[in-house]
Amino acid sequence: MANSSLASSLFWATFKRDLILAFRHKGDMVNPLVFFLIAITMIPLALGPEKAVLMRIAPGIIWVMALLATLLSLDSLFRSDFDDGSLEQLLIAPYPLTLSVMAKILVHWLATGLPLTLMAPVLGVMLSLPASAFAALCYSLLLGTAAMSLIGAVGAALTVSLRKGGVLISLIVMPLYIPILIFGASAVQTAALGEAYKMQLAVLGAGLAIALLLAPLAAAGALRVSVNG
Amino acid sequence: MTVAPVLLELRNLACERDERFLFAQLNASFYAGQVVQILGPNGSGKTTLLRILAGVSKDFYGNILWQSQPLKDTAWEYANNLLYLGHLPGIKKSLTPLENLRWYAAVQGSVADEDLIKALTQVQLAGYEDTPCYRLSAGQLRRVALARLAFSRAKVWILDEPFTALDKSGVAELESRLIAHTAAGGLVLVTSHQDINIPNLQVLNLLDFPVDIGLLNSREDAAYG
Repeated sequence: MANSSLASSLFWATFKRDLILAFRHKGDMVNPLVFFLIAITMIPLALGPEKAVLMRIAPGIIWVMALLATLLSLDSLFRSDFDDGSLEQLLIAPYPLTLSVMAKILVHWLATGLPLTLMAPVLGVMLSLPASAFAALCYSLLLGTAAMSLIGAVGAALTVSLRKGGVLISLIVMPLYIPILIFGASAVQTAALGEAYKMQLAVLGAGLAIALLLAPLAAAGALRVSVNG
Repeated sequence: MTVAPVLLELRNLACERDERFLFAQLNASFYAGQVVQILGPNGSGKTTLLRILAGVSKDFYGNILWQSQPLKDTAWEYANNLLYLGHLPGIKKSLTPLENLRWYAAVQGSVADEDLIKALTQVQLAGYEDTPCYRLSAGQLRRVALARLAFSRAKVWILDEPFTALDKSGVAELESRLIAHTAAGGLVLVTSHQDINIPNLQVLNLLDFPVDIGLLNSREDAAYG
């Protein structure tokens, strides 16, 4: 059907365009990653290189910093589209807004969540995280950052028309991030103690599935309201 | 004009902003082959009306009919037949003109790159295909946005201040493009503070649709403020 080919083409066109934009704005893309790196590097410097202490706090610290880094990157998700008018064009295109939003979230995750996940094991070494916890760290961050990108998109969509939306995004999104933080950090903590962490991963996976289902819809609705006003 | 099919009809359209009506009881019919200039002083709701007609804003009272069917039932078909060029040009500054157009081409199915380059040539941007848009002047940026018209298959063009920042030859080119579009059975709704040099130009003056005295007063404020 002509419509379905059209549908897939705009999804990929938006995906490709945003990926190109992410790489052209390297500063924006690297900013949360540098924050993540610097913040975690500071911890052993501030607390001293005592292995037992670092090992104890490593899962929590890495997770909190990953969450803050994601939060840092959210404001720009729809901002430039809103400012230059391409958001209006996306809204009126003969194409479901939910899917175009999904393409944008996917790029956001590829540009922040995935690199954060890939950097985490290196930083884990710095915080002397036990070897048994590395797999749990990667899996939990992989699921968790994806869920955070999705949920964050709703917050970004709600605040895109406000000039200073940054603080408000944090307030809207933070309560929804807390369960992800609890189960994510708990998965790594449990793995560090050498116990099974499947339960926590399952909860994160379930959270991601729900977010995948609802967040693009909610974000699309929020964008319509934001652009309308 | 008598045989031309009616494309868009506005029935009792009204829009309220900040507890006052911008316009009310707006009834109009737009036919294939027309260029309609929306007139009105600053703040009278020209852009708002165009945003409503483009489907960007749903904040209005009254009905809009697309080919005599309510817009609610024909939203998909209407969206397929609509090109909206807003107040904001919708051009990404860090992309090249060609990359920008590729995205717009995807909105209406795919268009070959050669056609996009041809479209850029028509707006005098040949040779700028791979220059990032932040290096272009305001007028050239406007031309990138206007290049969308060259490969558009949409029947209805809604253009908000398309003549802004264009030089004399650019204005003339755009006018002839609009004439060609209407000759092919298209409809153009346009706002502009400049005089548009097009034969048979239709005019819709928003000041013809006031609500009450209070409204008129507030409009005067808008005009001078």
